[in-house]
Amino acid sequence: MKKDDVPQDLSSLGKITKEVCYATDSNGKYVTELSSGWDVKITALDTAWGDIEKRIASAKQQVLEKKASPLLFFMEYRLMDIGILAGYTGFWKWQIKRHMKPEVFSSLSEKKLEKYAEAFNIQVNDLKNMTVHGD
Amino acid sequence: MEIDFEHRQAAHCESGVTTNLLWNASGGKITEPLAFGIGAGLFFAYIPFIKVNNGPAIAFRTMPGHIFSRTCKSLNIPVVRQKFSSKEKAQLFLDECLDKRKPVGCQVGVYYLPYFPKEYRFHFNAHNLVVYGKEGDNYLVSDPIMEGTNVLSSYELERVRFAKGALSPKGHIYYPGQVSAISDEQIKQAIKSGIKKNVFNMLHIPGSFAGVSGIKNTGNKIKKWRDKLGLEKSGLYLAQMVRMQEEIGTGGGGFRYIYGAFLQESDIYLPGNQLGEISGIFTKAGDMWRTAAVHAAGIYKGRLGSQNDFNIMGDYLLEIAAVEKAAFETLKKIKWQ
Repeated sequence: MKKDDVPQDLSSLGKITKEVCYATDSNGKYVTELSSGWDVKITALDTAWGDIEKRIASAKQQVLEKKASPLLFFMEYRLMDIGILAGYTGFWKWQIKRHMKPEVFSSLSEKKLEKYAEAFNIQVNDLKNMTVHGD
Repeated sequence: MEIDFEHRQAAHCESGVTTNLLWNASGGKITEPLAFGIGAGLFFAYIPFIKVNNGPAIAFRTMPGHIFSRTCKSLNIPVVRQKFSSKEKAQLFLDECLDKRKPVGCQVGVYYLPYFPKEYRFHFNAHNLVVYGKEGDNYLVSDPIMEGTNVLSSYELERVRFAKGALSPKGHIYYPGQVSAISDEQIKQAIKSGIKKNVFNMLHIPGSFAGVSGIKNTGNKIKKWRDKLGLEKSGLYLAQMVRMQEEIGTGGGGFRYIYGAFLQESDIYLPGNQLGEISGIFTKAGDMWRTAAVHAAGIYKGRLGSQNDFNIMGDYLLEIAAVEKAAFETLKKIKWQ
């Protein structure tokens, strides 16, 4: 890539920091140039987030319909799968699957709820009520 | 606590950390491209059984940790490296290093990294940064991706050092041991061995998931994605590929350019081996990866979507595989002058 072709489309990262790119100058010599983002990357990220938003919305619906516990919602919200959540909480995957049932979830001890809340970086109350504070 | 450490921004996290940790010791000789090339950083692997955000993992660089290890090893610098099962011990070890005025590299997960914008936070656990000081409960952090330095509270740092999921870092900490002056002769030898290792990684790893055969194989797979996965999911997979290719901490197209820069710098140490010319081939490969990304964007934006568009996408990767194969075969045949 030529130095002059280093894209400067403003990404959300670009507002915080520019990225270093290696590109060639008019003599073909490699130099570094800063980029504030590239449209192709920005839309790739948007596409991934569009899919995540859909999954979050569907999880929320399932919780409202009492088909799943709020764990499902926060897992999608925090982009986690059962393996990652098991890693953060120390629960086995089969336990988490059980806790995903609304009736099992409602009988969980405060201590267990706290483990989940810490993994999701939220308060226990928010976990129970499926409340999110923008962050 | 003041530690003699200078933050310099880099294109890629691990080669950046390696360069920043070796900067003083090498008298500024080990630049990012040299660290990347000596560390045999260029790679490709398609790993369908590791899922990242519900899609297959596609790596464009070598395994996390290898660039630092290999660069140090090739330069005869001992490496100190440790992982922990206890968070307390991990912090204690870190504090001891800082007490000894040693900046250290840490492998971290990016999801709970507070200074990253939300849109960039995924459960990606092979990011690297340097911790170079402590003030009260706060750690001073040099993340090579960022223009400036950052501060993390001990809780925030612990959280990312003990991120969970694939490649979880387990408090992974590393730094160069005693370093004596690095001679040009050492650098020459290290360049040769880095190239040799990268030739092996790209041409000779058995199986069809890695190296140039991995690129070719992925190209052929993409042609079948539309029928097999449907338009929406294959769009997501392609977006994922582009993110892995170009996003912070990865950078496949960008990696080809760093490798091009490496060969140009190496040409000064080892003239008469046509490294400058071969550098141009990697520039071309980088450009091709970017062209392929533009085409992929057409698909995930919904502008393109016919089977023919997927065939073109697959063919881009087949062409790239051919170009990179030829480049590495040329590197393999060098009779060093």
